[in-house]
Amino acid sequence: MATRLDVSPVVAVRVPARGLSGELRAIKIVWQRDLIRFFDDRLRMVTSLIQPFAFLFVLGTGLSALTSGSTHGVNIRTFLYPGILGMSLLFTALFSAASIVWDREFGFLREMLVAPVRRSSIVIGKCLGGATVAALQGVVVIAVAGLVGVPYVPLMIIEVFALQLLLAFALTSLGLVIAVRIKQIQSFMAINQMLVMPLYFISGALFPVAHLPAWLAVLNRLDPLTYAVDPIRHVVFARLDISPAARAALDPGVTWGSWVVPPLLEAAIVAAIGLVLLGVAIARFSKEE
Amino acid sequence: MKSADDGPAIEVAGLVKRFGEVDAVRGIDLTVHRNEIFGFLGPNGAGKSTTINMLCTLLKPTEGRAFVAGHDVATERDAVRRNIGLVFQSTTLDDYLTAERNLRLHAELYAVPKAVLNDRLTQVFDLVGLSDRRQSKVATFSGGMKRRLEIARGLLHSPRVLFLDEPTVGLDPQTRSSIWAYIRELKAAEDITIFLTTHYMDEAEFCDRIAIMDHGRIIALDTPSALKASVGKDRVRVDTADNALAVAELRERFDIEATIKEGSVLLSVPNGERFVPRLFAELDVSILSVSVARPSLDDVFMSYTGTTIREAEATGSERLANSPMARMRRR
Repeated sequence: MATRLDVSPVVAVRVPARGLSGELRAIKIVWQRDLIRFFDDRLRMVTSLIQPFAFLFVLGTGLSALTSGSTHGVNIRTFLYPGILGMSLLFTALFSAASIVWDREFGFLREMLVAPVRRSSIVIGKCLGGATVAALQGVVVIAVAGLVGVPYVPLMIIEVFALQLLLAFALTSLGLVIAVRIKQIQSFMAINQMLVMPLYFISGALFPVAHLPAWLAVLNRLDPLTYAVDPIRHVVFARLDISPAARAALDPGVTWGSWVVPPLLEAAIVAAIGLVLLGVAIARFSKEE
Repeated sequence: MKSADDGPAIEVAGLVKRFGEVDAVRGIDLTVHRNEIFGFLGPNGAGKSTTINMLCTLLKPTEGRAFVAGHDVATERDAVRRNIGLVFQSTTLDDYLTAERNLRLHAELYAVPKAVLNDRLTQVFDLVGLSDRRQSKVATFSGGMKRRLEIARGLLHSPRVLFLDEPTVGLDPQTRSSIWAYIRELKAAEDITIFLTTHYMDEAEFCDRIAIMDHGRIIALDTPSALKASVGKDRVRVDTADNALAVAELRERFDIEATIKEGSVLLSVPNGERFVPRLFAELDVSILSVSVARPSLDDVFMSYTGTTIREAEATGSERLANSPMARMRRR
């Protein structure tokens, strides 16, 4: 190998002291990297497009034979729609959070850990990245609303979009709380399996939350996902032309005792949980040497 | 920043790192001058990586102090980080991104001013000879190209000190020599101090000064030629029909303490070429072959520790297999 000495003159770089703008640049690049990786990964994009369809149409069609009597004429797919939206977000958000475990296993995390930036900037960037990818997935689900009898009302679309953004953020934070201290992807997957299914099935994504047996009602009210799926369902059902009986049966709202929790409070609960989880994730990530 | 520009690149005093019961680094002192290539030499498990990790602010020292580019590694972590470039033993590139994206990402993390970024990118890609592969995904790179790209990335923010932890480990000989060509070219092209660890004795010869580390201590520190001169004696390796008898005879007739290593009799004498004819004349054991060598850094290591670096490595890796430090590495 011949040595080449025809190198261009040295470009002097003076790296500025750490400040807010530096941290913002770091957050932005961590976020951007997640998006680049997502858009580069064709297979992941295609599966993320197909997945909600599969859930919505296969599950909806299969269940409709069983439930036609109890839905008061409402298509079961319409009822399931908010739940499927929640499921898509859940899978995508947790999968995105797993990327921090991959980064650790393949070494790239070190590049970020040794940089002169706060650990919190890395976690916030990761959270925004995961939430954005999950929200993109949510947009796909919103786009197919018409196919399951949900009308395209602009205000409803905005409301659903805002709610799903909130949920995507909270779920990614949840994933990060787990992911920031885990060393192997297998362990993350195992914990995920243990967590995701109960969280999802108890949340009321697939059944109305009224008239549940006491034990299930308690679990349901403790499940954070409940407070994300319920307002989305409420927003969607508000635009449906259905009988009062159907509305009462399928969209009863979450109650604490006899008090119906208003959708805005539910949204606030989701936001608060998301922020707390993000804080926990940052604390856990920063503690590590 | 004045102190960073005037003072030594690295200053270490009484540095200690303990992992529970294990003393990984047992109190080291050293000064690395500006613009020198400083080699940190020793078997695996000697404490080199632990030391480098403390200097890079990745580990907190248990005792002692260390200054890099004039900043305290314990209390001014960010200032140290802004002034150092790091190339680790194992790759820390994002395989799924292009070479240029990896470097741009680094520039954002280190807040490299946007006005100079493009010129600087061109320059560091040029320096490591990867200008034509800027848009290729890193996954398509060979081991040597990845290492070069990491060196380019480590240089991107113009660090005062570049740390290279085993820069050539796991590379084939040809790539190893080309990495060294880049390191030397780098020193000519940039105002930079290079601090590297290696357990290849032959590579340490390229350094301006080296420190030899064993069992967590620095046992020798000087230029390679001075260290070799300090050994002073030539190494003679003799294969005989009966090595044990040869050792006994050497002790009786020449008053020389020889050792048997790897199937040969090894001894050190002031003037090897003149000694060999006497050996043939006076030794009763039949000699199969003889070789004489000027002292190498291997011999320096041998004379300071009484063991070859390969043997030190064998026991060292045993010693560390279940220690917290071995676990740390896996992170």
